[in-house]
Amino acid sequence: MTQAHKPPNYIAIFWWLLALTILEVGVIFMPLARLLVAILLVGLALSKASLVAMYFMHLKYEPMTLGLIAVTPLLLCGLLVIALLPDLSGPPHQAAGMPAPPAAPSSP
Amino acid sequence: MNQSAVVQAEIEPAESPLTPESWGKLGMWVFLAGDAMSFGALLAGYGALRYGSADWPHPSSVLGVGLTAFMTFLLICSSVTMVLALDGIQRGDMAALRKFLALTILGGVSFLAMQAYEWTHLIHDGLGLSGNPWGASLFGTTFFIITGFHGAHVTGGVVYLSCYLTRSLLGGLKQGHASEIEIAALYWHFVDLVWILVFTFVYLL
Repeated sequence: MTQAHKPPNYIAIFWWLLALTILEVGVIFMPLARLLVAILLVGLALSKASLVAMYFMHLKYEPMTLGLIAVTPLLLCGLLVIALLPDLSGPPHQAAGMPAPPAAPSSP
Repeated sequence: MNQSAVVQAEIEPAESPLTPESWGKLGMWVFLAGDAMSFGALLAGYGALRYGSADWPHPSSVLGVGLTAFMTFLLICSSVTMVLALDGIQRGDMAALRKFLALTILGGVSFLAMQAYEWTHLIHDGLGLSGNPWGASLFGTTFFIITGFHGAHVTGGVVYLSCYLTRSLLGGLKQGHASEIEIAALYWHFVDLVWILVFTFVYLL
């Protein structure tokens, strides 16, 4: 932390993280559309990650330079996902020429 | 400074420059950014493989979320103890530093023990790097690579923090070393942050 500031209420952040984690686990058991579940889970995970970065890693109180360094991998990963989109545009497939997976556990 | 520069400074204070004390922190952030891209690439690759597979098992039914939800809780707790350790050294309370560092290390070791238990259980059930009874063989491959890569980071963090705890017990850490603990804390929180994403993408989605 480069500047003096009032430390955040770490225990409050802990309770938020705990509540969001419980909510995440609850979401997968809710009778919701799969897409909606995915959107909720990603939103909750990003909220939790933001809380950790902003308050535990003190990014909220740091100079803009460190914030830009932290955001760069997010942008690059976003670009990577966009680059992968053409491969994901087709229907799910099984590798050609590959046998169907076994129905029972294979013996060691 | 002319009149317009004074007005500008009042409206928008200049960003505090990076000082020699913060160069280590800058280095850690650059390292974490590179590491984040490694995890990001692994998770993006996981998403592409999963979407492209017709017989990908539903993770929450195969892996189970009870134990991993508790592991997530444990890492969140260890992040709290880590910030309390940092708060301790910044106040000059070395006893608090040692207590909370030890609790953080305990959290990390417990996490690793639970991961070892989970892996053993899953391997016993047939989950392997090259196949599994539930569907796409890459399910096991991606699971072990992503959680293993994260587990290696937790192991590194435990060793990193253990070095500081030992140094503190030997009397080699003073209040003036708070910036070193802050840098170590950054690494530990990053490990927690990445697990939050791994838990969602690999176990819940």
